[in-house]
Amino acid sequence: MPFKLVILWTDALIYLLLAVSIAYGIYAARHEHLRAPWRQVRRNPLAMAALVVLAAYIVTGLVDSIHFRMRLDVPRAQARHAIYSPQVLSVLDLLCAPLRTHVEQTYSAPFALYAFTPQMVRRPDGSHVLEYPRLRYAGAALKVPGDRGRDIAVRCLRGAVESLILWVAVAAAVAYWRVRRPGESARAAFGRLIRGETDTPWRAMLASLGAVILSVAAVANLGGAYHILGTDQVGQDVLFEAIKSIRTGLLIGTLTTLVMLPFALAMGVMAGYFGGWVDDLIQYIYATLSSIPSVLLIVAGILSLDLYMANHAAAFDNIAQRQDMRLLSLCVILGVTTWTGLCRLLRGETMKLRNMDYIQAAVALGVRSRRIMTRHIIPNVMHIVLINVVLNFSGLVLAEAVLSYVGVGVDPSMNSWGNMINGARLEMARDPVVWWSLAAAFLFMFTMVLAANLFADAVRDAFDPRMRK
Amino acid sequence: MIAYIIRRILYAIPILIGVNLLTFVLFFLVNSPNDMARFHLGMKRVTPQAIAEWKAEHGYDAPLLYNSAASGVKKLTQTIFFQHSVKLFVFDFGGSDDGRDIGYDIRQRMWPSLAIQLPTFVVGLAVYISVALMMVFFRGTYLDTGGVVLAVVLMSISMLFYVIGGQYLFSKVLRLVPISGYDSGLSAIKFVILPIAIGVISGVGSSVRLYRTFFLEESGKDYVRTARAKGLSEIRVLFRHVLKNAMIPILTGVVVVIPSLFIGSLILESFFGIPGLGSYTIDAIRSQDFGIVHAMVFLGSVLYIVGLILTDISYTLVDPRVRLG
Amino acid sequence: MSAAVTRVPRIAALLGLFIFLLVRPAPLRAQWNDPYPAADGNRNILYAAFMERPKRLDPAQAYSADEYAFISQIYEPPFEYQYLLRPYTLVPLTARALPQPVYLDRHGRRLPADASSGRIAYSVYTIRIRRGIMYQPHPCFARDASGKYLYQSLTRAQLKGVRTISAFRHTGTRELVAADYVYEIKRLASPWIHSPLYSVLSHYIVGFRRFAHTAARLRAALPKVDGKPPYIDLGRIPMAGVKVLGRYTYSITIRGKYPQFLYWMAMPFFAPMPPEADHFFSQPGMARRDLTLNWYPVGTGPYMLTVNDPNREMVLERNPNYHPDFYPRRGEPSDVRLGLLKDAGKRLPFIKRVVFSLEKEGIPYWDKFLQGYYDESAISAESFNQVVHFTPGGEAQLTPSMRAKGMRLVTGVAPSIFYYGFNMLDPVVGGYSQRSRRLRRAISIAIDTQQYISIFRNGRGLPAQGPVPPGIFGYEPGCAGRDPYVYDCVDGRIQRKPIATARRLLAEAGYPDGRDERTGKPLLLYYDTAETGPEAKANMDWMRKQFRKLNIQLVVRATDYNRFQAKMRRGEEQIFAWGWSADYPDPENFLFLLYGPNSEVGGNGENAANYNNPEFNRLFNRMRNMENTPAREAIIRRMVGMVQRDAPWVWGFNPMEFRLHQAWVFNVKPNYMANNDLKYLRIDPALRAADQKAWNRPVIWPLWVILGLLVVMVLPAVFVYRQKERRSAL
Repeated sequence: MPFKLVILWTDALIYLLLAVSIAYGIYAARHEHLRAPWRQVRRNPLAMAALVVLAAYIVTGLVDSIHFRMRLDVPRAQARHAIYSPQVLSVLDLLCAPLRTHVEQTYSAPFALYAFTPQMVRRPDGSHVLEYPRLRYAGAALKVPGDRGRDIAVRCLRGAVESLILWVAVAAAVAYWRVRRPGESARAAFGRLIRGETDTPWRAMLASLGAVILSVAAVANLGGAYHILGTDQVGQDVLFEAIKSIRTGLLIGTLTTLVMLPFALAMGVMAGYFGGWVDDLIQYIYATLSSIPSVLLIVAGILSLDLYMANHAAAFDNIAQRQDMRLLSLCVILGVTTWTGLCRLLRGETMKLRNMDYIQAAVALGVRSRRIMTRHIIPNVMHIVLINVVLNFSGLVLAEAVLSYVGVGVDPSMNSWGNMINGARLEMARDPVVWWSLAAAFLFMFTMVLAANLFADAVRDAFDPRMRK
Repeated sequence: MIAYIIRRILYAIPILIGVNLLTFVLFFLVNSPNDMARFHLGMKRVTPQAIAEWKAEHGYDAPLLYNSAASGVKKLTQTIFFQHSVKLFVFDFGGSDDGRDIGYDIRQRMWPSLAIQLPTFVVGLAVYISVALMMVFFRGTYLDTGGVVLAVVLMSISMLFYVIGGQYLFSKVLRLVPISGYDSGLSAIKFVILPIAIGVISGVGSSVRLYRTFFLEESGKDYVRTARAKGLSEIRVLFRHVLKNAMIPILTGVVVVIPSLFIGSLILESFFGIPGLGSYTIDAIRSQDFGIVHAMVFLGSVLYIVGLILTDISYTLVDPRVRLG
Repeated sequence: MSAAVTRVPRIAALLGLFIFLLVRPAPLRAQWNDPYPAADGNRNILYAAFMERPKRLDPAQAYSADEYAFISQIYEPPFEYQYLLRPYTLVPLTARALPQPVYLDRHGRRLPADASSGRIAYSVYTIRIRRGIMYQPHPCFARDASGKYLYQSLTRAQLKGVRTISAFRHTGTRELVAADYVYEIKRLASPWIHSPLYSVLSHYIVGFRRFAHTAARLRAALPKVDGKPPYIDLGRIPMAGVKVLGRYTYSITIRGKYPQFLYWMAMPFFAPMPPEADHFFSQPGMARRDLTLNWYPVGTGPYMLTVNDPNREMVLERNPNYHPDFYPRRGEPSDVRLGLLKDAGKRLPFIKRVVFSLEKEGIPYWDKFLQGYYDESAISAESFNQVVHFTPGGEAQLTPSMRAKGMRLVTGVAPSIFYYGFNMLDPVVGGYSQRSRRLRRAISIAIDTQQYISIFRNGRGLPAQGPVPPGIFGYEPGCAGRDPYVYDCVDGRIQRKPIATARRLLAEAGYPDGRDERTGKPLLLYYDTAETGPEAKANMDWMRKQFRKLNIQLVVRATDYNRFQAKMRRGEEQIFAWGWSADYPDPENFLFLLYGPNSEVGGNGENAANYNNPEFNRLFNRMRNMENTPAREAIIRRMVGMVQRDAPWVWGFNPMEFRLHQAWVFNVKPNYMANNDLKYLRIDPALRAADQKAWNRPVIWPLWVILGLLVVMVLPAVFVYRQKERRSAL
């Protein structure tokens, strides 16, 4: 094989999360009391448009979660085993290869052809001049720098045409397979779709899909030839960094709840089900944990991990693994500080369920407690977990940035919006100001958090009976 | 009532012991007393004797949790944990590792923290409630929808952007307020006005949305409909009935944080150079001063528990139907 | 409805008041953003900042730049560095002259001054101090009418409510005597003080160790007060090598010949300490109230610390008892042109008060400097292009906008070095075989220091060629001093060898194309760092980029500072970044960083690379005691040649310091050895007040725009409201 798959811990967990979500989807589809609220979410145009954007982020994150190491050609025949490069790449890295490899010397502005800071250049006659060096990759295909405007316009146009074709194809497919009623002409179905007369808000979804396709096409056409969002201090493409940060944001937002889920579920359900001293003990544990200021807990956790990695240096001999461990432990520690809320909710819900007739009946019949909990209680509190994931998601993504500022965020060499913002603080003090890193982080983070918030709103409205009107 | 409060306070003690033990374990998982000594003695030219002396002087020469060399009760009392924790319960915080009196520092640094947190809290509450009330008043119109969307947009922006942007615009470009610093007394106003504004604005999104749902829920209830049917003007209905009754969930949600206002805001204080307790904690974490970290965690937990008790009491005050027993 | 209507005027009035407060007419306050009290605008005050709060102000303990910034203005050792002359020259400060050591042989017989160092067993320094020098006013000297000390036997009642030193209303002073200097040396030897100089001095000063044991024993025998050992009068415990010879004379006897000893004596470690102060602060209950020598210095210097709030500000006030001290009359030729000798012969200090504000972040510091609220600032990499540009001749010059503000630039090469070290104990990069040497040289070529300097330091630095920095004896400038294994000499200019050379070296070392030729496995190297913060990521990315040139993957192991230190002590690191800043201007202070017995692993010393070359060690021992003669220079050249060949460090760079100061600050000249520079500075407060006013006119119109926007947002609300009312009225 020309490559070897590498499954990082977080990769495994994100696949697990994907599997769980699919399983839940199948389960929910079979149970009417779960299907109804989801149907309500599906009818909300804003939520579905947000979901499309969110899906684009999730796909990017998933593509970035398939890691592998390339095989190296063996110099001599003596090496019996295949040797793989120590560099761990993801499929996304391959897809964005031009963005990844086009590394300039230092800062350059978006779409710039020349470096942002002047450099001392030695002329052949021995004198020195200060000039803005030409970038190595940006606009490399241009014959004259003056052609830049036309080149960009041509590329944009090409991107627009490509995306239009793709979009129309998707829209037609949706109209034909999803919207068309039996006996209706495809044309009529398409018309209904455009007028927004469908049960599922296809029009809104296609509109936001159009925006997604357009952005991807723009990146595909312009990204290789220019630095769309400029380059950072060591010359790396800022757009690439922002895209790579998507995975970090997604993982922090979802895995945090997932990794602590077994504890929260077990403790919450046990406390609610058994009551008495078990309840007292569990309440004591979470009261203690929730009274500690969370920052301190996080700092201590991250520092202990550093200690562990320093003592077991051999196990973490590669960058990807180190970054991964740090990310995972950040998720765990953030989970420890947030699970108490979930645990409390689960406890309350279980207490409610425990007094239901069918559970009382099962108890009276002598069914074992464990069986009651796994068969009857846990499936019925899962929607609380789900709402919790969705509602906490955006807050956790935002928290990552703050933690990086405090110095206990993800690994400093990892791509994350928090690290980008943190570095951008100094760039804002430059004159002329280097604004593009901050702007890129803002744009990507804001879009994702906004989409997540809009979607979470709809989910809460659908599941929270208090809000149903 | 009194009996209830006493019972709650007694409940708090095991929690505080747990907090203490947990902080202690976490801190010494990552720090050994040797590390601390080295750090405090400086980086150049430190001898092993100096480290031993330092530990003895600051009471870090005993075992951490269990002293097998001692006898009887002393197996537990002659430990770093016991020596450093017991005094906290009478709020004697002892000295920091660089020899300063922590209690005094906390008393000094509390005020700058409060100078930011209290106005942020009061102004914030007033702004959030009035905006939410306005949105409910205009419910169903594009103002309400626009407001909700704006709230979502505002809460999707990281606090760091507000701080970086605000500081850049108002201090650097417009030169309206000093960039950072602090002064005591009334001259502090120019230093705190921007952090307060940022604190309020960064909380607008989530709070307004939350309060709006409280108000909406209340205004859908039967007695409100009756009041409206009686011909009361909408404004009266909102102020008399909706606001009054929705204050219960708002208040109880808010009372919990009041004691914690003392602790200060980490980000605002460190960006704006305000010598409050938030920056005190961060500095202590960065300089690995166990005495201060321990004291701050203890204080934070106590204040949180006080907040919980206050919440219960406030329930009885705003809603006479609730009785504590 | 009625209630709402009556409320409106009141709300309007409140709103009006609020707007008035917000947009108060300008005459009330000239600058809205002035961080200092308005009344101080025109006073003779210097505004400075401190980035890190000083931990110890006790001269026996302080050993960092943050601490020296304060105590060097307060405590006066017997000697100081002349402010203007280069190379750095020691001159007497409180002493009457620089002492000439008297050499003795093993039997205490006097030797001639040119005796060979092998015969010299002891050197005796006799220091005579000036008469009539008085201490700053301080309560520890305060006496009542009958001559009894007021505050030397404080009762619990007297201490009640006392939190700062200003609570003691009476102060006194006393003349400086030789015994105070001796007292401080004894404090350096006292084990409970933890002086960082203890181990160095115990090698040199006669009787130092014995004194430490005696003092510790005597102190332990005293009954404890409040669970703590009481004050012990060090003056009464003798130290064989340090003697008071008269009211104004004392002598120090050290082992062997050690000419650098005078440099140590110019550091605050050797400042006088009045026993009254030590006793005053040792009284029970003082430490608990934060009243210690670590927070309240007592000195004879030009300034005294009057406000000590390390959370916010520290204030130095002119010492009213300061002895006559004058601005130097001699300087370098260029100093005349720069106006540095205009104040020659005038009485010091010039400035009345110095306010240090805590400024933890670089950005606010810089922005406030630009607004005129700090008088001096370093230039961060971020703001560099705004401030400095290079002339075609390669000379640094201020940009027109900065010159228009009247700012002035001061540059200099600091006697310090930043380097990347290889752990010589490491099985891969360490060792003394030809193979490992080639690997290290390949890496040395690949790490493009010049590029680092240009990206991260805007060109402020010189690529180092060896351990000895410029400005230190033994440094060799130009092509002759280059590291011939890393640099070529092209047209008389130093040029890094091409990367192809590095690749070839790597192949010769057994790693063709970055792969182990025996196993075919890619070479993996580790970079250990304790860096955190916003710049860390860019730095690490850059390092990885350098190794990628050789096809080597570099794994960055970033940890917190403690972990990093522990790793270094155990020798578990592989490649690391480190630096050293001179204690005193002598090559011994740099070459000892590679001296074998001074290794970090095993020796607990400053040789972080654990380099141990017997020949180098032998030469070091010969060189250390020599005067600055051509023979010494030849030995240093040989030693530098050795480490260039072995390449235990990638020679990093010697930082160039660029500092900016405002037009109203005079007499600024960087002196990297002397820290007591505040007394030389002079300011023009009137000019400052005028400039501050001109630079800080608030821009108010955006406030009106925001207000207008709010109104625009409210208008539709009013419209909808009226519509609604009308509808409900129907």
